[in-house]
Amino acid sequence: MTEPAQTTAPENILELEDLKTHFPVYRGFIMKRQSGTVKAVDGVSLKVRRGEVLGLVGESGCGKSTLARTILQLVPTTSGTVILEGRNLGSFSSRELREARTGLQMIFQDPYASLNPRMTVFDTLAEPMIAHGRCTRSEATREVVQLMETVGLAPRYMRCYPHEFSGGQRQRIAVARALALKPSLIIADEPVSALDVSIQAQILNLLSELTREMNLSMIFIAHDLSVVKHISDRIAVMYLGKVVEIGEATSVIENPQHPYTRALVSAIPVPDPEIEHSRKRIVLPGDPPSPLNPPTGCSFHPRCQHANDGCTKTVPVLEKTTGSQEAACLRLGEF
Amino acid sequence: MIARNDPVRKRVARELARPTMAASRVMPLLNVEDLRTYFHTRNGVVKAVDGVSFSVDKGETLGIVGESGSGKSVTCYSMMGLIPQPPGRIESGRAIFDGIDLLSCPTPVLRKIRGDRISMIFQDPMTSLNPYLRISDQLIEPLMTHNSDATKDWALGLAIDALNEVGIQDAAKRIHFYPHEFSGGMRQRVMIAMALITKPELLIADEPTTALDVTVQAQILELIKRLQHELGTAVIFITHDLGVVAGLCDRVQVMYAGRIMETAETEGVYKHPKHPYTKALQQSIPSLQPKGSELFTIPGMPPDLSRDIRGCPFAPRCTEAVERCHTEPILLKTVTDGHSSSCLRTQAGEILT
Repeated sequence: MTEPAQTTAPENILELEDLKTHFPVYRGFIMKRQSGTVKAVDGVSLKVRRGEVLGLVGESGCGKSTLARTILQLVPTTSGTVILEGRNLGSFSSRELREARTGLQMIFQDPYASLNPRMTVFDTLAEPMIAHGRCTRSEATREVVQLMETVGLAPRYMRCYPHEFSGGQRQRIAVARALALKPSLIIADEPVSALDVSIQAQILNLLSELTREMNLSMIFIAHDLSVVKHISDRIAVMYLGKVVEIGEATSVIENPQHPYTRALVSAIPVPDPEIEHSRKRIVLPGDPPSPLNPPTGCSFHPRCQHANDGCTKTVPVLEKTTGSQEAACLRLGEF
Repeated sequence: MIARNDPVRKRVARELARPTMAASRVMPLLNVEDLRTYFHTRNGVVKAVDGVSFSVDKGETLGIVGESGSGKSVTCYSMMGLIPQPPGRIESGRAIFDGIDLLSCPTPVLRKIRGDRISMIFQDPMTSLNPYLRISDQLIEPLMTHNSDATKDWALGLAIDALNEVGIQDAAKRIHFYPHEFSGGMRQRVMIAMALITKPELLIADEPTTALDVTVQAQILELIKRLQHELGTAVIFITHDLGVVAGLCDRVQVMYAGRIMETAETEGVYKHPKHPYTKALQQSIPSLQPKGSELFTIPGMPPDLSRDIRGCPFAPRCTEAVERCHTEPILLKTVTDGHSSSCLRTQAGEILT
């Protein structure tokens, strides 16, 4: 096995280069023929710095979750590379991958579905540590107590089953499970979307506290821009499998350059009646196009109010706008 | 949306001429008094809604805000007779809609009103449409049920108009599609078309945009606003999103543990909340704070509704609570003009004034 990424600057914990994940679509039952390709992730290049929280936003179906799964090598990559701490995950055997995944953990959206209902909190948290030989069964209790305290759960609930906990507490268990192997990167896929506002605030506080104290890196996936803004250092906006804008969190939200980001920002309801009544909302026409049959040129052009002839032909690439902000739009700065 | 000389309009005109309606002009469209809905389960009686009173005027938009389990949906389901009984039981209360008590009237009377003069939109457009029936059959059903003299062609014409109205292009062709051929946003549009096709006087929208993307949510909210303006329909909008309420509702009612904590004009609730719970809810929204600042969190958990709650249900989590909050019963009272709160300390003028 070659190690092509040895030269990578060490401050980047994760590097994605032109990552593509395509799913073939078949037609017919007996005479199966490939009738098309869903380009769920279509050429994504990203870097996550050590200790950084990268927010990933976009509408449902834009490829956020597929990107997360591709990074974890849960779905096969079509092309491109995933480099975690200087090592190319794509070239790993399944045994090496198993080891590498200990540094890469995931938190899922629905804490009701992501925990095994037949396993107690202790079983759930001890399993990864024992399976990877991080501790023996007898040491596990001490480790589990420590984990539960880290995420704000009382250790006396160690022998309880998931159904005995509320949604917020279950999400804490899921966070503890992700932390069990002391990973360097956590991918959180919509971790607060299923929770109430007051509980959401608790989990957000917990996650930002943990990333700060443990110097964790995190990819935080959500469709709620206000949540993402609160927790992220940088934000990447995805549309139909591509990153259309990326930059510092505050500058992406306050000074969006891509028309899609502008529409997203203006669609967030603001809990202030005065602002709500005075501001002009950009309402995008139509639904996101089908990734099975994406539009030519810029995939956003059918819904874009600034699109012209050029947008229907040329595919835009990410260009620097201001500071470290980048956007993929042919008409940058023209409107 | 509906042509001038169609049976629905004629019927509405006929009913408008009835004396009861003349009297109701000064009365609110819907008046709910002391509604209590309990669920009798094996683990005890869950008091899901416990003494709720409110009213909705003609053409008004009332937002009901609260976290899951606060009783906002159960309140509306009770009025519509949609609570499964048993285990549910409406213990007390009245819901007067145009002189008729929805809670005690015979089922045939309620059936005449439900889906015709009061309609409902549900949260999940994926599950609230019948996957086996074409959109056309589902859209004309309320018209056919509520008009004995309706013909299918007439109803289909109205249904196509209604689909056009909610922004579905090529409606004449697409009306024959099945629900799975539409996207989530489109299905919610179909639901809205279905709810408004009979020109109801009251529309109950139960978290209609929660399952949708923000951009689609913006489309649906604009649509509800426009149709409401055109038809003069009153709307009860149930949501947990304080942001959605701010742009849409005239009046807001905050619920917690099956009771109303605060109710006022939207401006008032946001600018000068008169209940610590409302204030805490607002502070826990991440939208306005930058990264790094700690979000305000409400300590503890919502109460177990199967236990008897003495005093204010929010008291155990409230930062302002004093001794008597845990013992004295709470009652929704007017604090300032048009602004009611059930907080004992606000009522006494001690806090948040």
